[in-house]
Amino acid sequence: MKLVIAIIQPHRLEQVKKELYNVEVNLITVSEVLGHGRQKGITEVYRGVKETGNLLRKIRLEIAVNDNFLDCTVKAIVKGAKTGATGDGKIFVLDLQECIRIRTEETGSLAIG
Amino acid sequence: MINSADTVFVLLCAALVMLMTPGLALFYGGMVRRKNVLSVLMQCFFALCLLSVQWMLFGYSLSFAPSNGFWGGFAWAGLNGVGMEPYAAYSSTIPHQAFMIFQAMFAVITPALIVGAFAERMKFSSFIVFTLLWATFVYAPVCHWVWGSGGWLKQLGVLDFAGGIVVHTTAGIAALITAVIIGKRKELEHTPSPHNLPFVAIGTGLLWFGWFGFNAGSALAANGVAVNAFITTNMAAAAAGLSWAILEWIRNGKPTVFGIMTGMIAGLATVTPGAGFVSPMSALAIGLLASIVCFIGVALIKPRFNYDDTLDAFGVHGIGGILGTIMVGLFASKSINSAGADGLFFGGDVHQLLIQLLGVGVVVLYTASATWIIYKFIDIFWGVRVKENEEFIGLDLTQHRERAYTIIE
Repeated sequence: MKLVIAIIQPHRLEQVKKELYNVEVNLITVSEVLGHGRQKGITEVYRGVKETGNLLRKIRLEIAVNDNFLDCTVKAIVKGAKTGATGDGKIFVLDLQECIRIRTEETGSLAIG
Repeated sequence: MINSADTVFVLLCAALVMLMTPGLALFYGGMVRRKNVLSVLMQCFFALCLLSVQWMLFGYSLSFAPSNGFWGGFAWAGLNGVGMEPYAAYSSTIPHQAFMIFQAMFAVITPALIVGAFAERMKFSSFIVFTLLWATFVYAPVCHWVWGSGGWLKQLGVLDFAGGIVVHTTAGIAALITAVIIGKRKELEHTPSPHNLPFVAIGTGLLWFGWFGFNAGSALAANGVAVNAFITTNMAAAAAGLSWAILEWIRNGKPTVFGIMTGMIAGLATVTPGAGFVSPMSALAIGLLASIVCFIGVALIKPRFNYDDTLDAFGVHGIGGILGTIMVGLFASKSINSAGADGLFFGGDVHQLLIQLLGVGVVVLYTASATWIIYKFIDIFWGVRVKENEEFIGLDLTQHRERAYTIIE
């Protein structure tokens, strides 16, 4: 079992979701985060006071998958999120120790799908 | 002869109409995505500042000075000759300047209404140029034709009590034209995508409240016509809110907050041209019809033609204004306002209806072509639309270097 964490541009979310549905990955968690990568932040001004290097809005996806789904999940995220510009984001893949479905108390691969 | 009650009434109504622009800012601001809420507030408030100054420098003169049937000229530029004495052609019981400031608020909100069409993708600098040119070359002449002393549509007998043609038709048609030329927003699956419906509700409340000033104030006196306009305004807004909710209930299974708000605004826009000419019961019919027709425009026609009138400035104000102007030809009654006419349903013949159709038709054609020319002119020299990347980050950060909400702290 793997946990896929992806940081993407907010405006690519709909496309990434579409690509994930195409490969039948339907169980995802989405949260809004602030991030600062290689891309320069943006200057903000409040009553004349400048603040530079601020964080930009990003979307964080968390998807738990069985090993045989890992490849297509990663490919789907890349396909949906890639624009070729700085700031497209990153995908992290982690080993997942355990997964429990609360409703049925099923564990492991059974619980993920 | 100045009447104190009338003067107080008109000044208070001017203040009410002023409040409609901030109300509109919230109404529209709640409807956009949160990365663009400040840009919409800014456009509305900037219009309030810019057009207040434009109006007193030359806008009022172009619109209302008595020159010929087509425009007012510069005789009253800088409020030259606009004093405390009444100007009888507009109102014989209030100071001329009271009429001027009441009308200023109409000149402010009309271009602000168009913001709904190109929200979330127009460059702020281009917005300023567009607003200034549009107010000068579309609002001012149309205002003169319909309301100005000697205006040619006024001479023909076109009736527009509080701005169904001058305000809502012009803004609505300009909205349609700009929405079509500027193109759709990028990468958007759901439209509209309101980020804060409570803002929309607050904005709607402020608009309904301000609309009493807009419509009742257009009587320019604290008299029976003003009372009638006050009541028809309330009636049409209420009826249209109800009919939109019922339509949604039947068609989509549940009534929505966004829907009833849209219905109320449609009712208010539609009753505007007839507020001082029709009876409260006629306003009930007009309000019920307003939501049905605007619902068709917003929920059926817009998706069919696939243009991105982002916040339905055309679907609600344009369609409502045109519908209401035609309704005057059906429901107007001289028993309500002796300065009006008898519509088809109230002892009149088809004459007034034809006049109304002619008036609104001419204004639609003029507004559409003039708006197109102004847009293309700006697009050639400045460019109207923001860069794709700026659109993705949002106009708040890219046009104003601010954000409305923080996620952390």
